[in-house]
Amino acid sequence: MNAPAAPLLQVRNLRVEFPTRRGTLLAVDDVSFDIAPGEVLGVVGESGAGKSLTGNAIIGLLEPPGRIAAGQVLLEGERIDNLPYERMRRIRGAKIGAIFQDPLTSLNPLYTVGRQIVETIQTHLPLSAQAARERALDLLKQVGIPAAEQRIDHYPHQFSGGMRQRVVIALALCAGPRLIVADEPTTALDVSIQAQIIALLKRLCREHGTAVMLVTHDMGVIAETADRVAVMYAGRIAEIGPVRDVIKSAAHPYTRGLMGSIPSMGVRSARLVQIDGAMPRLTEIPRGCAFNARCTEAGERCFRERPELMAAGATRAACWRHDTGGVGAVRTKEAAHA
Amino acid sequence: MAATEAVSGWLRRAADSDVWWSFKRSPLTVSAAIVSFLIVAAAFLSPILAPHTPFDPATLSLLDGLKPPVLVGEGGEWRFPLGTDEQGRDVLSSIMYGTRLSLLVGFASVVVAMVLGIGLGLVSGYVGGTLDAIIMRVADVQLTFPAILVALLIDGVVRGLISVQRHDEIAIYVIVGAIGLSFWVQYARTVRGSVLVEKNKEYVQAARVIGLAPVLIMLRHVLPNVMGPVLVIATINLGLAVITEATLSFLGVGLPSTQPSLGTLIRLGNEVLQSGEWWITVFPGVTLALLVLAVNLLGDWLRDALNPKLR
Amino acid sequence: MLAFILRRLLQSIAVLLTVGIVAFFLFRYVGDPINAMVGQDTSMEERAELREKLGLNDPAPLQFVRFIGNAAQGKFGLSYRTSEPVGRLIVERLPATLELALCAAIFAMVVGVPMGVYSGLYPRHWISRVMQAVSLIGVSLPTFLIGILLILVFAVMLRLLPSFGRGDTVALGGWTTNFLTVKGLQALILPSITLGLFQLTLIMRLVRSEMLEVMRTDYIKFARARGLSDRAINFGHALKNTLVPVITIAGLQLGAIIAFAIVTETVFAWPGMGQLFIQSVQFADIPVMAAYLLLIAFLFVAINLVVDLLYFAVDPRLRSNVGAGKGAH
Repeated sequence: MNAPAAPLLQVRNLRVEFPTRRGTLLAVDDVSFDIAPGEVLGVVGESGAGKSLTGNAIIGLLEPPGRIAAGQVLLEGERIDNLPYERMRRIRGAKIGAIFQDPLTSLNPLYTVGRQIVETIQTHLPLSAQAARERALDLLKQVGIPAAEQRIDHYPHQFSGGMRQRVVIALALCAGPRLIVADEPTTALDVSIQAQIIALLKRLCREHGTAVMLVTHDMGVIAETADRVAVMYAGRIAEIGPVRDVIKSAAHPYTRGLMGSIPSMGVRSARLVQIDGAMPRLTEIPRGCAFNARCTEAGERCFRERPELMAAGATRAACWRHDTGGVGAVRTKEAAHA
Repeated sequence: MAATEAVSGWLRRAADSDVWWSFKRSPLTVSAAIVSFLIVAAAFLSPILAPHTPFDPATLSLLDGLKPPVLVGEGGEWRFPLGTDEQGRDVLSSIMYGTRLSLLVGFASVVVAMVLGIGLGLVSGYVGGTLDAIIMRVADVQLTFPAILVALLIDGVVRGLISVQRHDEIAIYVIVGAIGLSFWVQYARTVRGSVLVEKNKEYVQAARVIGLAPVLIMLRHVLPNVMGPVLVIATINLGLAVITEATLSFLGVGLPSTQPSLGTLIRLGNEVLQSGEWWITVFPGVTLALLVLAVNLLGDWLRDALNPKLR
Repeated sequence: MLAFILRRLLQSIAVLLTVGIVAFFLFRYVGDPINAMVGQDTSMEERAELREKLGLNDPAPLQFVRFIGNAAQGKFGLSYRTSEPVGRLIVERLPATLELALCAAIFAMVVGVPMGVYSGLYPRHWISRVMQAVSLIGVSLPTFLIGILLILVFAVMLRLLPSFGRGDTVALGGWTTNFLTVKGLQALILPSITLGLFQLTLIMRLVRSEMLEVMRTDYIKFARARGLSDRAINFGHALKNTLVPVITIAGLQLGAIIAFAIVTETVFAWPGMGQLFIQSVQFADIPVMAAYLLLIAFLFVAINLVVDLLYFAVDPRLRSNVGAGKGAH
């Protein structure tokens, strides 16, 4: 990889499986990427592409029966995917913070926000109750809660959605983690508030030198926030590279489709492009490239062989068009189904 | 031809369905189904299968009284595998006939509760307004009290209205009515909720516009939707109804000793329990427990199978 | 908050009024109050005179008001069966039932809640599976059968505990108690277990399913992501959130226990209100039935109000005034 410093997080050939009654679902398949200290990596894709599961696998909170079937996750060079529960627990919150989609349900309704922050601080840092409370107050001010001295003793239901997500960010940051996994942090919020929250997250992480894995389906958020972006499709990374390059000269047809679906960011045409069809269900991923049925540029090879990530201009993409062998003879969709 | 195809298609879908799959996968549920089937079959075939007709005085002999079960005590006879009571009645046959009565009362009262509850639920949801408010208020008040208390009260009121002798004659109807009346609320609430949801859907409005009778619409569209939950409630209530009947009979306000259900048998046996003739009580008790347990297991499974979210 | 309590209070009064109307109809129209007061040989004229004197010819609403007024003072007329004042019959038997219900409720809570917590936290552990199976059997066994079984084992076969009656009681003013003598306490054991077992299984199942539900919520997942210890998550966050529904059901169950005491009291010949009620049903003793009904309704409503107040102690969402935060839910 071309990360400048030693990477903070390394994900190597990660594979997440769900055993079901109709066989094992491969939800995340052979996913590898790095995150450098202080870097913001955007992970984008449709729902079901495996991006949230990748995030959950990293923080060690896959919901059973989901499990890591293969691969490694390394934090600062040490494996964390096979740690005993208790040791992983001490890493969560301390070194890796997490932010989930819905701030309305992320906070325990029966405790004041202050109590929840203090509790988290004291779990990870050797601070007195008084010092922890001061730190909590400071954090609330940092995330922009007005009148923090009073608000610290309020219950979650007394905050608006945006304010609650600020509290959640404070909670994720409170032990000074090196990495934050943010899973769709703004999806549940009003559009008008989304930008504020994203800006806040970006500013705080820059100030604290915290790296972020930002999971979202919103390409616009990625474009504004991320340094690099990984595009996921059907459990695999379709393309990964610096965000500027991915936006400007996407190498994977799927990425181009995603770009085309953002208003004002259409790369080639003034009109919004939409990708025909839907992502295949995890039980029915076709042979060859998972995107082949929806791809307008697929050739015969795309139905036969699965492409790995390969150099494609400034980015890396899993597409045969960037292989010296090419895609092979172009086939129509009808022929492919026959 | 089309019919057989439809049937085979239905069977194939049923065999492939999650419900059937979850049934096959749970040995407990399968055994519960087998036990329920055996008990129900033995009960309803009792006139054919039972070795004796226990409530025909002509066949009884006091000489046969208080014989213990064959395998445990001195003096047991194979004629009476589970022993006899003090009047020489065969306990096994009494249980079979008693189970039949218990089941009959159970089924009948569930049907009464179901018809009443569905009817009131439909009316309440569809008509709305004051009528709805009254029905639901009554339901609330009734829910405050345990069903057994409501049933006891109804039974007591009937006793106050008619003579004791007459009461014994119609006891079974009184019991069915009393239990039915104490279990209708759940059905009514479920159906009403569903009606309120469906009522404002466009197809109902559309059907109204073209002049279809709204009652027909509700029956045709709402009923199928609520059949799942209603079936679950009914299965769980069957167990409860059987318990309630047994309890009432045990308390001496249910079925009379001339027409004994399982509960009555347990009460009669309990009177001589202290002197050590345990079998007269224990065997009907075990039958009752098994029956209710099996039905409850089926009910639990059905609820889980139809509501994957609840698991 | 005040509005909420006021609303609940009004609802309670509505329930009591409804039950009052039912009781009144029973008392006045199903039974005939005159019958209890006069002998067989009383002439029609004397009956009519008495009827007039008692106000039984007054308009129904007036009679209803009078009935409620009397009921509030504990006057329910005379029992058809024993010709004693109904109020006195009930007061005599109230302590027996309340002490039994209290013991049963404590037994059910103290054993049921920890069992539910355990099996909710470790649903796949074999102990949890055993508890689930036992609870299913507990729900399926009718109360009277459990009682008979206990009597058979502990009284008839082992001869350890008494099988009927209250044993020795001590009178404290108008209240007779079991708690002050060894025999009285022994006599309480089997009936309390019998009465409490069903509630125990119910509470256990409820706590378990609530616990499972709460453990799936986002805030528990987020608490894990914050790296909190299992202890803090299970007992600090999860248990407190399961308390709200548990309080509700436990409260309602206390009412149910008093009503179910009917069965237990019959099995153990326990001289409480339940036994009185059963006798009144058997003999169509309408005044006793009406009085019992009203008393039970009153107890239920009182318990419900206490439960509502407990909510406020547990759930801050109910305490705060609307408007402090936009869109709580």
